Formats: sequence, structure tokens, C-alpha cells
Amino acid sequence: MTRTQAAIPTLVALALALTVGVALLLVVGAPPIETFRLLVEGSFGSASKISATLLAWSPLLLASAGLVITFAAGLWNIGVEGQVIMGGIAATWVARTVPGPGWVLLPLMVLAGAVGGLLWAVLAGVLKTHGNVHEIFGGLGLDFVAAGLATYLVIGPWKRAGVASTSGTDIFRPEAWMPELQAFGVGWPVIPVILGLLSVLIVWMLLRGTLFGLRLKAVGSNPYSSFLLGIPTNRYMLGAFAIGGALAGIAGTVQVAAFHHKLVPAISGGYGFLGILVVLLAGFSAVWIAPIALFFVGISVGSTQLDLQLGLDSAFGGVLQGIIVLFVMFGGAWSVRRASNRLTPQEEP
Amino acid sequence: MALEIRDIHKRFGPVRASDGVTFTVDEGSLHGILGENGAGKSTLMKILSGFYEADSGAVVLDGEVLRLRSPADAIDAGIGMLHQDPLVFLPFTVLDNFALGSPGSVRLDRSAAEAELKRVSGELGFEFDPERLVRDLTVGERQQLSITRLLWLGARVLIFDEPTTGISASQRIQLFDTLRTLAAGGMIVLFVSHKLEEVEALCDSVTVIRRGKVVYEAEMPVTSETLVEKMFGNVFVEEERTAVPLGDVMLRIEGATLSEGTTRIEGLDLEVARSEVVGLAGLEGSGQRTLLRACAGLVQPESGSFTVDGVDLTHASYREHLAAGVHYLPAGRLEEGLVQGISIAEHLVLASDEKAFFVDWKAADTRAGAEIDEYSIKGRPSSVAEELSGGNQQRLLLAMIPDEVRLLLLEHPTRGLDVESTAFVWARLLERREHGTATVFASADLDELLNYSDRIIVFFAGSVFAIRNAAEIDGEELGYLIGGKVRT
Repeated sequence: MTRTQAAIPTLVALALALTVGVALLLVVGAPPIETFRLLVEGSFGSASKISATLLAWSPLLLASAGLVITFAAGLWNIGVEGQVIMGGIAATWVARTVPGPGWVLLPLMVLAGAVGGLLWAVLAGVLKTHGNVHEIFGGLGLDFVAAGLATYLVIGPWKRAGVASTSGTDIFRPEAWMPELQAFGVGWPVIPVILGLLSVLIVWMLLRGTLFGLRLKAVGSNPYSSFLLGIPTNRYMLGAFAIGGALAGIAGTVQVAAFHHKLVPAISGGYGFLGILVVLLAGFSAVWIAPIALFFVGISVGSTQLDLQLGLDSAFGGVLQGIIVLFVMFGGAWSVRRASNRLTPQEEP
Repeated sequence: MALEIRDIHKRFGPVRASDGVTFTVDEGSLHGILGENGAGKSTLMKILSGFYEADSGAVVLDGEVLRLRSPADAIDAGIGMLHQDPLVFLPFTVLDNFALGSPGSVRLDRSAAEAELKRVSGELGFEFDPERLVRDLTVGERQQLSITRLLWLGARVLIFDEPTTGISASQRIQLFDTLRTLAAGGMIVLFVSHKLEEVEALCDSVTVIRRGKVVYEAEMPVTSETLVEKMFGNVFVEEERTAVPLGDVMLRIEGATLSEGTTRIEGLDLEVARSEVVGLAGLEGSGQRTLLRACAGLVQPESGSFTVDGVDLTHASYREHLAAGVHYLPAGRLEEGLVQGISIAEHLVLASDEKAFFVDWKAADTRAGAEIDEYSIKGRPSSVAEELSGGNQQRLLLAMIPDEVRLLLLEHPTRGLDVESTAFVWARLLERREHGTATVFASADLDELLNYSDRIIVFFAGSVFAIRNAAEIDGEELGYLIGGKVRT
């Protein structure tokens, strides 16, 4: 099957997703073309909107890159959402306790975020490898614990002086803000974007060029064969959790240091779960996550306009993302079926 | 009523598991289906019970052509199957297992089901406590429960697939009585086995299947000699076998008790010399796989000791065995040996003792090219494992064996391979004898066992039944031993 042929099911799926999206808009009485125009304008219509989209893109890239690693090891890291939150919490702790200038503080916050996410992910990993708890259930449980911890910190120990409000902690001191590059009249989130793209590059290189990546892929595809080949499978699974969690944790750092500048209960922004959709759509490969993540945050950021302009709930963006993923996965399953029907194994004469 | 099987064909890729199977079984008969491992018995039974759909052919019961697309279709048509491991839900109670898959409404009428369980099991002379957990029943009792359930669901044909595996002698007698009662009551009972003795003791008629075809049909009694010959065909032994002098002891097993699933081996003593090739014969599940896996460190012995080249490996892990020069090649090439989605070059990197963090892909491709030439693998360095044919997968696995191996453990090393590939694989394996490698392999192929072994160990029902010098026995005798009989 050539590359062009392989792309056909995906294109058909995208067209179908679009059709269903349009049908849905017609049902609720919203003008489709106007809706899509607002989506694009809301995400890429001006310098400040592009900057906002890029700022949302970065944590999604980080979380998605981490998920590519865990998926390569055959793991469903549903705990990614909790790992983003724990990264955010750890970075907030550093911002609140460590004195000093930004060039000391910010690297420490990134490191703390990585460690926070890493530990939370390894916890899910140990539950799997040593406790026989499937990573989906362990991860889901840890997501709730992390979300609860964030809320507790915001309204409890780290509450703003005098008020306990879920709107967040005190704003960080300016040294703990990731600096922006001023251009075209707006600030650009250069550091987050670099972190995001770097994470994708590292993951791509790990999987493509290293023995670690090769063994990880082997473990993900067939843990038993890999074990018989002498690969310490548990150690590799935990390694995948560690890397995935660290990257998700850095996404949490970006959320607190570049976007909110404080800890809020919903600090993850849903980028963990959205990352899972991105990676599914990218076919588990690092190559495609950057454009797909950009497309997805475009929909997310753009859909905030829909409420104001059309009275359409901003959740429409999420609905559209979900429809696209479902159709593309359906298309993928369909093309695999078609391929396996056509192929008959050949034994040598 | 009669069960007619008409020209059933079923292929799995290149393998013809059923190749035009035709035979008829009459009402009230206890019919044996015999054949060696891989002969196609199980495939045929799975077609009858709706697990597989035949490519062509028909199953006719009582003059009616059946449409069997699922086990539910088969049960509706009156065909029920008891699997080797009775398919029951262990954490459920006897009653819940009984009522599962019952016909009719969504609502489960427990008291009615309980009354039915009592009635049907009473007719068969079984007794169950409905509230007992199935987990606590013996394998024999689980079989009885399955039989009860299938009869209640209206089965007129009952298929028993190796039903005596894992049950006690007294349960076997009870099972056989039940089977006779069922047949006497007008049912058709198909008894699938490769144990000659059981078929001889139980069945009124027999069909022998070999390589997906019916090769023999007869009313019992028939001599064991005939059955052995029909099951295994004529066995030819190659004359030439280059002799390599055997060295001192490489593998020593003393008083080993091994347990894995329903297989149990007790008090095994075995010594394998340097350069020796030992073949493990026996029906599937008789203990050969368990022994190989124990030698590889994948099954921990309950007692006894394992020593390889003087090193005590009794409680060593699998990876410690690898480090000690023990290499295990499992039967499932694509399930246990290779990794799907990973290329030939990548497999060779995984199997090597490469330590560098960054893989030199250029060198890896060059090396893969060399191995592809050396082992005549039909594929490119970038070909992924699942693209290779069975023979080429096995050649790749051979190429992945490290150079210095003390003990080589092989499970069905040439299963499904053509003659040329088989010869190639063995030529490569036998070369290793010159470096003192001891080889232990399990096989269901009598030719292979006789041609390549120095000694053959025959397993029967989890114990070592016989040990023979390969040069001193012929295929017929080996066939007898595998069937649990000593030729008289």
C-alpha cells in the first residue's frame, strides 16, 4: 500500500467528521460557515490570538510527547492528567518557597514539575508492575487524588491571605513568571514553545535512534517475547512512565508559570486527556503530534468565541475534537481490516 | 439421527487444517476421533461447535444442513462441546454457571434453574451443591457441570476434547460410565483423544485424521498396531547421522518436581552430556514444555536441583539462566519469540549484547544483510517479523541465538516448516554440537525425533514413561510409547 493510499481512510474520516459536525450545528440552529469562520478567527485571527493558541499548544505538546513514549511501551497512561497537575503543584511549591532571581527559580520550577509528574507516573507504574493494578485504573484513581490535592491546596494551606476561594492561590512574584518575547504589540510564549518542541524532538530521537527506544517498542508490542529476549520489561515500563510523567509534569509547570501565574484547581486545563486524543490521531507517532496538537488547540481556543458570538456553548470545540478522533480511529480500523482481507500469508515454495 | 460431516475444508494461511473431511456418525454411538498433535482434530471439532466457520463443506444433523456461525448456533442445533479446560466462570456459583447462556428471557429465574439443575444432574447421577463456588470443584466435577448444562440446553451431540487431561483415575472411570450412558440413551458422543488405550476401552467406532484428512474409519475393536500406523503414517529414518562424541555432563537434573497448570512432573532425574541431542516425545501437555521451561528458569521447581555446566541454577531467574548460557526457543514464533512491528535488523540488535545508547543503524543493516545471507532468510533488513513466513521466522530466530550457548532448549523447532527449511534448521543446530552445546528439544514429529536425537525421552501423562536410544527404536515403537503403551 502506498503512502497516498494509506492516507485515504484518514481523509475520508476527516470529511465524515466534518459532515457530522455540520449536521450537528444545523440541528442546534447555528450557521455552520459562520461557526467555522469564528473558530479560525478565534484562534488565529490576530497576533494576540495566535500567541494564546501557541501558549495552549506548548503544554499539549509536552503531554502528547510523553504519551507517545508510554504508548510505545504499550501503556495506557490515563494518569497523565494527574501527572500534569502534580507538576503544576510541585512548580508552585518552588515558586512559593525558593527565593532568588528568575534564572534560578524558573529552571528549578521546570525541574520540580518534571519530578512531580515523574513520581506520580512511577507510582501508577509500580502499581502495575508490582501490584497488578492495570495502569488505566491506577492512573484514573491517581488523577482524582491529584485533582483533589490541587483543590485542597488552593482553598487550604496555600489560600490567598484572608480568602479561601477556588479561583486560585496568590499570584506568583514576577520572577516566577516565564518571560515573554515582546513583538507585534503582544507577548510571545517563547520558552513554553521551545520546551514543547524540544520534548517532541527528544521523544522522536529516543524512539528512532536509541537502544532504549527500540527495547521500549519491543516491550510495548510483545512483553513476553521481549522478556524472553532478556529485556527487563518491568524496568522499561517504569522508564516509560518516568519519561512520560516528567514531560507531563513540565506541562504543569508551563500552566502555572506561563499561563495562570498561580495554582488553580483546574490547573491541567484538560491537556492530559486532550493529549491522548492527539496521540491516537497521530497514530502513536511523534512526527505528527505537533501539527495535530496545533489543530486541536486551535479548535479549543477558537471555540471560546462561539459562546459570545453565537450563543453556542464552547463545549462544541470538544465535541468536534471527539468526533474527529472517533472517525479517524474508525477509518484506521477499517483500513486495517481491508488490508488483512486482501493479504494472504505466503509460504515459500 | 446421524451426524454427517461433508467435505469440510478450513485453511489458516498456508496450513490446510481440514482438507476435505467427510465421515458419518450414527445415533447412539461413542465415536473416537484419533490423530497426532496438529492432525486437525481440534480444528474440526471447533468447526462442529461453531467456534470456527468452515471455508466450505457442510455439517448435517438429522438430515438438516446446519448453519454454524457461533457456539450459540451450534447449541441451538444441538451440538455441545466440552473443552480441555472446561469453560466455566470460576468465581461464580454452580447454579450461576449452569444458568449462564440459558435460553429465553432476560430475567434469570433462579429457582426454576435450580429445579432443572437438580432434575438433569439427577438423571445423570451427579450431585451438586448449587451455591458452591465453581472454583472449589475438581476438574472432573466441572466437566460434570458442563455436561449437565449442555444436556439441559438440548444437546444431542456432545464433543469431548481430551477430557481425561487433568482428572483422577476414579473420575476417569466415572466419566467413561457417563459417556456410555449418554450413548446408550441415543446421543452421539464424539471422543477426541490421542490416547490409544482410552479409545480402545471406550469407543464403538473410530475415525483417524492425519494432516487434515480422514485416513481411516473402522468399527472397534481394531488392533493398536493399525491405529498407530494410521495416526503417524510410515516413519522413515534417515541412515546418515554424523556422530559427535559426547562429552561430560552439561545439564544435570536431580529429583525435580515441577508443576505448571494441570501438568505435574515428579522426581525427575536426567543428565544431558555436552554435544548430546535429547528429544522429548509425548502428547501435547504431557510435561515436555514444562521441563523445557523449567530448564530455562521460567518454571521454578518445587524441589530438586538443576545444574548447567557445574553451575547451580535451581533458583536462578530467567535472566540469570540467559547469562549462564541457557537459550530457550519457544514454539510460538510470533507470540513468544519475535516481536510484531519490529524489523529483522531491529531483532538482531535486540538479541545482540549491544550496549551503546545510540544504535548505529547503518552497521545494524549491514549485519542484518549478512545474517540474511547466512541463514537464507527471505526478507530485507527492514522486513517486520509478521511479514516473514513461518520458515523465515524460524531462520531469524536461529540467527538470533547467541554464538556461545551451553544449553539450547527448543520447542517444536521445525513445526509447520517444509522439508528444505527443516533440514536447514537442523544442520545449523547440529553444528553447535561441535562447540559442546547440549540440545534438548520437544517435538511431535516422530521423524524429527528419530533423526536428530541421541536419546529420546517419552512423556506420558506428566511422567517420564520411557527413555530410549534413538538408534535402537523405530517409529512404530515410538508411536506406541507416545500412546502410553509398551509394545509386547
